[in-house]
Amino acid sequence: MTDLTINGSRRSVDVPDETPLLWVLRDVLGMTGTKFGCGIAQCGACTVHLDGVAVRSCQLAVGDVGTQAITTIEGVGATPEGAKVQKAWLDLEVIQCGYCQPGQIMSAAALLAANPAPNDAAIDAAMAGNLCRCGTYVRIREGIKHAARS
Amino acid sequence: MRAKTLVFSVAGAAVVIGVVALGVVGWMVLQPGPYGFAGGDPVALADYKGASPTGLPVELASADPATTREYIARMGDCEACHTAKGGQPFAGGRPFVLPFGTIYTPNITPDPETGIGTWTDAQFLDAVHRGIAPDGSRYYPAFPYPSYTLMTDEDVLAIKAHLFALKPVRQENKPNTFAFPFNQRWLMAIWATLFNPDERFRPVPEQSPEWNRGAYLVEATGHCGECHTPRNLMQALDQRRKFGGGVAEGWSAYNISADKVSGVGDWSAEQLAAYLAAGHAKGRGAASGPMGEAVELSLSHLTPSDIAAIVTYLRSVPPVAGDLPALAGAAPATPVLASLDNPVGQRVFQGNCASCHDWTGAGAVRSEAQLTGVRGVNDPSGTNVALMVLHGSGPTWPGHPYMPGFGHAYSNAEVAAVANYVTARFGAAPSGLTAADIARLREME
Amino acid sequence: MLRDLEDNHGPALSRRALLRGGAAVLGGLMIGIELPVRRARADEPASTGAPLNAFVHVPPEGRVELIMPSVEMGQGAYTSQAMCLAEELDIGLDQIIAIHAPPDQPKYGNPLFVVQATGGSTTTMAWTEPLRKAGATARAMLVAAAAAEWGVDPATLTTEKGMVSDPGSGRTLAYGALADRAATVPPAAEVTLKDPAQFRLIGTPAHRIDTPDKAVGKTVYGIDVIRPGMKFAALMASPVIGGTVARVDDAPALAQPGVRQVVVLDDLVAVVADNTWAAQQGLAALVVDWTAGPHAGLDQAQLWADIEKASQGPGVVAQKEGEALAALNGGTLFEASYELPFLAHTPMEPLNCTVHVHDGQCEIWVGTQVPGFCQMGAAKALGIDPSKVSVNNHIIGGGFGRRLEADYAKIAARIAAKVDGPVKVTWSREEDIKQDILRPLYHDRLKARVENGKVTAWHHRVTGASILARWLPPAFKNGIDGDAVDGAVDSPYGFDSVLVEYIRHESPVPVGFWRGVGPNSSVFSAESFLDLIAKQTGVDPVDFRRGMLDKTPRALAVLNAAAAKARWGTPAPASPSGARVGRGVALMHAFGSFLACVADVAIADSGDVRVTRVVIAADVGRVINPDIVVAQIQGGATFGITTVLHDAITIEGGSIQQSNFHDYRLIRIDEMPAIEVEIIGSTEKPGGIGEPGTVIVQPAVANAIFAATGVQLTRMPVDPARIAKAV
Ligand code: FES
Ligand code: FES
Repeated sequence: MTDLTINGSRRSVDVPDETPLLWVLRDVLGMTGTKFGCGIAQCGACTVHLDGVAVRSCQLAVGDVGTQAITTIEGVGATPEGAKVQKAWLDLEVIQCGYCQPGQIMSAAALLAANPAPNDAAIDAAMAGNLCRCGTYVRIREGIKHAARS
Repeated sequence: MRAKTLVFSVAGAAVVIGVVALGVVGWMVLQPGPYGFAGGDPVALADYKGASPTGLPVELASADPATTREYIARMGDCEACHTAKGGQPFAGGRPFVLPFGTIYTPNITPDPETGIGTWTDAQFLDAVHRGIAPDGSRYYPAFPYPSYTLMTDEDVLAIKAHLFALKPVRQENKPNTFAFPFNQRWLMAIWATLFNPDERFRPVPEQSPEWNRGAYLVEATGHCGECHTPRNLMQALDQRRKFGGGVAEGWSAYNISADKVSGVGDWSAEQLAAYLAAGHAKGRGAASGPMGEAVELSLSHLTPSDIAAIVTYLRSVPPVAGDLPALAGAAPATPVLASLDNPVGQRVFQGNCASCHDWTGAGAVRSEAQLTGVRGVNDPSGTNVALMVLHGSGPTWPGHPYMPGFGHAYSNAEVAAVANYVTARFGAAPSGLTAADIARLREME
Repeated sequence: MLRDLEDNHGPALSRRALLRGGAAVLGGLMIGIELPVRRARADEPASTGAPLNAFVHVPPEGRVELIMPSVEMGQGAYTSQAMCLAEELDIGLDQIIAIHAPPDQPKYGNPLFVVQATGGSTTTMAWTEPLRKAGATARAMLVAAAAAEWGVDPATLTTEKGMVSDPGSGRTLAYGALADRAATVPPAAEVTLKDPAQFRLIGTPAHRIDTPDKAVGKTVYGIDVIRPGMKFAALMASPVIGGTVARVDDAPALAQPGVRQVVVLDDLVAVVADNTWAAQQGLAALVVDWTAGPHAGLDQAQLWADIEKASQGPGVVAQKEGEALAALNGGTLFEASYELPFLAHTPMEPLNCTVHVHDGQCEIWVGTQVPGFCQMGAAKALGIDPSKVSVNNHIIGGGFGRRLEADYAKIAARIAAKVDGPVKVTWSREEDIKQDILRPLYHDRLKARVENGKVTAWHHRVTGASILARWLPPAFKNGIDGDAVDGAVDSPYGFDSVLVEYIRHESPVPVGFWRGVGPNSSVFSAESFLDLIAKQTGVDPVDFRRGMLDKTPRALAVLNAAAAKARWGTPAPASPSGARVGRGVALMHAFGSFLACVADVAIADSGDVRVTRVVIAADVGRVINPDIVVAQIQGGATFGITTVLHDAITIEGGSIQQSNFHDYRLIRIDEMPAIEVEIIGSTEKPGGIGEPGTVIVQPAVANAIFAATGVQLTRMPVDPARIAKAV
């Protein structure tokens, strides 16, 4: 049994330690907001926070989580940055198909928590790991600035 | 008179050159054996009192014949070289790009026409011990028979039995592309006379049984020196600089002597064992390129006692100083500070690399992804970093480190830039790779 | 690799033919297939309200249910369709629930395709009028019900925000209260639609209805379906196109923790497990020998050579005006060829499908652009009647044409047939790419005669596979694939004589629709060719185009708008990304829309190209939601920049060489230029907008590269080494 703290609640799962957190969230716990896109850390769709830092859950073995707090798209709205980003995303209608957006929002929220007023270079550095096939990048950039201002 | 003087001078010069050349060749030929550094008084295997260092490890003492044969074939790591990328195992066709041309490994499945299905035991022994093909022609020492020559007849024939139990694959051998004079295979007979002792492994009674087993695994079957020992002018291993570092298919095969700066002298036994058995030791990086294959196809299949024996032996190899700098320490985390005036490198890094390696190079989620403290990253040539970026590290096999290769979709300039970025940010000194360098590295594949 | 190329999907007409033929043709061709309607959804709203018509169901309480004929895959279709319905129904977007249409071709068949499909940028073109009518009809029924209730003349009643009011008495009734009675009112044959001057929703940048759930991770995509007792499967098809399974050793897979079952079909293997990871690990451990089959020798160089050869053969005439061939016998002549590679779709949501086969029934949960095809495909795969197959559609995490195919539903059904209980099959990204049904190769060959600065004769020959011939056979008429030549025929330019020909050239590589479809090649080639002519005749590319647009003022207007906004005529600004900079233009008329684009590029000595700015002007006819139009153009252009800079699928040894995003490269945010969009106001019929942005940006970028380096991009995508060598 592995104990996890996800969005402030304790959950226990019975899976091999090397199972990536992504699949524990999606398939074992039914928390499907976190998305599978590539499985090799190239797309960012699976991004969650580990103690507030954005990480790719497809690479994170559940056995390596330990006591670190996990935040997912379902819970990030409870953080000030998460709420700001989600609101900015709706105000500016950033989202198209939306499949990449949980990952985009998690990366953006972690960026704002670390850097409340990011410039373009900081946005690039934090967001370049998140692919969007619909092409919402132009609005993601605006959305982060909008959230930072609010 | 004048003409005479000239003749004498030429003759004199020729003699001098000849003597010098003989001296040089002699210096090369008359070097210590692969484990001569250990001293002692090696004895014939039959005269050795301890447990036999050859054959199987203790764990497999009572294994069935199929397991036995496969294990010994794994020890010899035949599969890596005799399998083309995406091809049938052991069917050959893998290119080796050497300075004088490209050589393709042959089919060693038991197909009677294109493989080795008709070979007798004696022919197989001749090939493996002496580099002589059934038709009497000579193999190039890209085939490591000067190492394999140390193997016992039993072990060589166990490998043959393993190969003959494989499914025959019909696949014609590809001719090599050597130009004159390197296409003169008969020259190899001279080479072999000089550089292949054609002698079986002789244990050293003064050393522990574990050391002797390690020596057999490293020198005879594992043929580690073929990549990790530098070569002399005659392309023979320079045992005086044993394990001081060499080249394998364009990759730097780093110093694995006990040197503390360039070698593995400050690796713990546990780190060495983990690296060999699992392809990764925390803080030391992951085996990739040809070493990744050696781990995948050979070392990861060895028993714990054999891995321990290899470690014991490796740690006894005297230090050979290298010219690589000491490993750099931790790197700063702030990406914006780290632009290093290499915007292309930073762009590729932030998009494709940071998710796993982290901005600190410490590994974002998996320790295998640590860049700091890794030899390749601290190699100012940047070669292995660039090759990693191009080709990634091997196939995914469960529980082992994996990195995708970016060579297909990223330009030479981008690959060079990100390799330079990585060495500059996480290594001891920045590399200065250019797009042309990457174009050359691509051709090694 | 599993492909269903023999498949076709019933009678219908091509989009273009239908656009030309008009509604009269439609009536006669609506040979629908009667399909059952079942609504069992996983976590998706199900309709409970009284049906006033196919699109409007009104429950007694709560929000009005709008049944969405086109599926939402990011393009904003749910919002724009809801706006059309809500406009005429006089309700707010906050008063609705959007529900996916079930497979039901007679009710929800796309008026332009007949079949029930979302694609080809047709949603707005096809559905604006029918949905407005449906809204207006439903409103009339609700008003009639209220009038009957109150005994007044319906004409005296007003509607607002879901209420019917009697201004005379001040009485009001909510739609919900009137629903049952309204459902019994016979719908009027004719309804009057609102005067556009009265629009409250249409034409406004109303917020999307699908995005709030997406922002919080609540949206249930197909991949998120969870059924009681469901298992998870990972699969692998033959890496070689057309290959089959020779032998499987399943013991190592079954030894993996969590693995339950190995399913072996003739052309693929699947591992069923307690979760997707366990299934993937089982698959990695599975030992499979494949039989390569007849296509093991396919390779890209040969495929290029084959299509080039085919392009020299006889073609079928797709458009002929005047005697172009005769005119091309003399004068100043130009000639060029352009090649476009295979491309993968890589929607961010990998292919997936959940199926439960039991008791002679098949239940499917999936995100699809073609629910009816999924139903028929699964029925065929299982050998059962389509009425036994139910399809529960879901919001799609990116379609781009990939989900216009039902192959993945069929595959999942075949796997599920061997599994006890529901099973979710999730393609790894690697399999998603290797089993893709690719954008075809195209070879476009062009010739032109130029007199007095104008093209007087134009010969455009398009060579490529026909997707329609497989996908919608009735639309493939007289040897012409209307999609493949879309954008080549009906050029906006006034050339004196025109000959457009089509050569159908198939290879064993399975191909399908891909964002931008046929115009991707036609417009790219034509616009590149025009720049070649402009350069060789020493005229400005914008002036050159302007001179041939007297008959198409809408095209001229977008060209002028884009040129003005981009300050055409000034040099492209210097960039740190490269010393060579260039500016290029392109113009198009396809999907019923007119677009012009100006792109700036910077090129490094290494040949690496960076797009630094994109300006697009668009006339898409009457706009339902301008913000969605802008978003679609931005997104489409981003897709197109990836295409022109980075992507090609290549085949070696019969296998697709690419596998994931490290070798099939998508543009990232740090390579993105600014994209500025200007919408030209228009009251013309609405055109499509999901795809034009993708189409138009490609030639604009290629022309900018041409301007900067003198190197034309004659084979996509950009090859930095080639540019580096040339400069
Ligand atoms: S699924 Fe983890 S980064 Fe793509
Ligand atoms: S919104 Fe569709 S992939 Fe980003």
